Amino acid sequence: MNLVQRCQPLLDVLRDPAHMATLDLAGWDLLLRQAGAAGLLSRLAVQAETLGLDASLPDVVRPHLTAARTVAAKQRQAVRWEARRVAHALTDIEGPVLLLKGAAYAISDLPPATGRLFSDIDILVPRAQLGQAEAALRLAGWHTQKQDDYDQRYYRRWMHELPPLTHIRRGTVLDVHHNLLPETARIHTHAGPVLAAAQALADLPGLSIPADTDLVLHSACHLFHEGEWGHGLRDLVDLDAMLRAFSLSPGFWPALLARAQALNLGRPLYYALDCCRRWLHTPIPEHVIAACPSQPPAWQRPLMRQLFDAGLASAHPTCRGRLVKLATFILFVRSHYLRMPWRLLLPHLLHQALRRNREQN
Amino acid sequence: MKLGDLSLAQLRHRLADNDLALRTGPFVTRIHSPIPQVADGLLRLYADFPLDAGEFRDFHVRVGPPAGLRRWLRPQINFWHDGHSPFKPLPANHAFALLEWGLNWCVAGHAHHYLMLHAAVLEKNGRAVVFPGDPGAGKSTLTAALMLSGWRLLSDEITLVDRDDGLLVGLARPVSLKNASIDVIRRAFPDAVIGAPAYDTHKGTVAHVRPSADSVARVGEKARPAWVVFPRWREGSPARLSPHSRADAFLHTASHAFNYSLLGGLGFELNAALMDACTCHDFEYSRLDDALRVFAELAA
Repeated sequence: MNLVQRCQPLLDVLRDPAHMATLDLAGWDLLLRQAGAAGLLSRLAVQAETLGLDASLPDVVRPHLTAARTVAAKQRQAVRWEARRVAHALTDIEGPVLLLKGAAYAISDLPPATGRLFSDIDILVPRAQLGQAEAALRLAGWHTQKQDDYDQRYYRRWMHELPPLTHIRRGTVLDVHHNLLPETARIHTHAGPVLAAAQALADLPGLSIPADTDLVLHSACHLFHEGEWGHGLRDLVDLDAMLRAFSLSPGFWPALLARAQALNLGRPLYYALDCCRRWLHTPIPEHVIAACPSQPPAWQRPLMRQLFDAGLASAHPTCRGRLVKLATFILFVRSHYLRMPWRLLLPHLLHQALRRNREQN
Repeated sequence: MKLGDLSLAQLRHRLADNDLALRTGPFVTRIHSPIPQVADGLLRLYADFPLDAGEFRDFHVRVGPPAGLRRWLRPQINFWHDGHSPFKPLPANHAFALLEWGLNWCVAGHAHHYLMLHAAVLEKNGRAVVFPGDPGAGKSTLTAALMLSGWRLLSDEITLVDRDDGLLVGLARPVSLKNASIDVIRRAFPDAVIGAPAYDTHKGTVAHVRPSADSVARVGEKARPAWVVFPRWREGSPARLSPHSRADAFLHTASHAFNYSLLGGLGFELNAALMDACTCHDFEYSRLDDALRVFAELAA
């Protein structure tokens, strides 16, 4: 059984939420576990309610969906409130200040926002305003947490974001980016065009969200470069939801391809389209994939598919294949390899390993 | 079929095969464990609980040794909820206590279709008393004593408030006693069935009291809240109820709840309705006999 098949119970309902109406109790037992581990249960719960399925579901299942919707509603409200606090803190920054990923979806009610869970808020500010933004956020209560000088240097010198900021009272985590990928990454991209094309939010003065194409490309490069595969499938569902909705407007596909070329993000886009189509049956025209501006050589494709499939299937034990540990380790090494050249990476990994060793003793 | 219908050997076998689903109130938990202590504890404390033969389980948990070489040096134990372990490993002889904490974690972290207060709750003559109360205040001792004197136990840790009718929903799981209160209960109730103590846990010595058969048999009956009582054990104090401000009781239960803010407006409504339905008291005591008499009068 391959990995896509192992995840079939979850994939069936992600592809077609109406499929929930056909599940028996054993099917629900497995679905709730797979969806819960992947962080997708509340999305399904909201979809079940929207489709009017709730009343016909088994009595033992309904409470789980009610609970999952409650969590999602609370998180949505919290993200909106937190975004308002960020906007308030950054009023005097010469913007634009962009919300990224989950926060952008939630604030603008984009399709991935349905029942989505959040772990932190991501924003993007122009590099020139980074210092001012950090100072303003610190004044409003967001501080970097227990990190040593090495971490601070690592983030500030090489990364595309500040060390994560935690609010001293609310404990919420804010990631402040100034680019989509690290400065040292093998793929060079630039945030300028993304900032320039951002759409201001009418009800949140001072905040913007990226253009549709840039939301897709950022999500793709986050998933396929940074390698947080624990919620990989959730991120793929974000991509699927955006692609399905955005591609209804004429001209979206050519615009997406042109933008991928301009931002030098053709490769992550290729992987995103390939995985979306195979995992979630996203309706992507063949010619769009064929026209993707950067594609892996043919010999690499089966290998990359196997790796990404293992990452996407890693959330729940019933989805994982035998080689999942090896595959996720390779993905971990790959994400570091993509992040910086060897001459930086090797000393960094050595430092992290020694520190872990020190902490354990 | 009840858990107690199994022999110890059968129970061990089914736990090791991941083939045991236990019903505790509204939840069915499939328990997987090769650890003999877990089987012993379950048989001693959960014998009256029904097993569930259905295909749907609310929680899938495992208690077992963590991977790695340590198991041969200083054996450890960990808890997994469906492949995810929320706690750090503990010494192997804390296995049963860890299962209890794990089951609490499962409910508190998932059952957001209820308002979940951090409080004990018991019922007598159709009316329920809720014991919020700070750790060390003597809440569990009083809970165990009341249960062993005929009150019906709903829960000693998590008060579940039904979001549809505001009634209290029971779990009837064992009462967790700490340190000196273990002997207090042993002395006062020589017939009480108490599980093997776990020594030197982060809470000190912990042992669990088997819930009364009546509590387990009637776990499906929801209870109407009547009193919120803040118990406090104080040396030499006579047993005495005194009024406690409702507003303060509201704030205390809300700020100590597992999911008050997660429920948003509904959490406020449910907790407010609970306070409206109750009279609120402080309760000081030093001798269990006196305490039980006060509560007998309260429920009369």
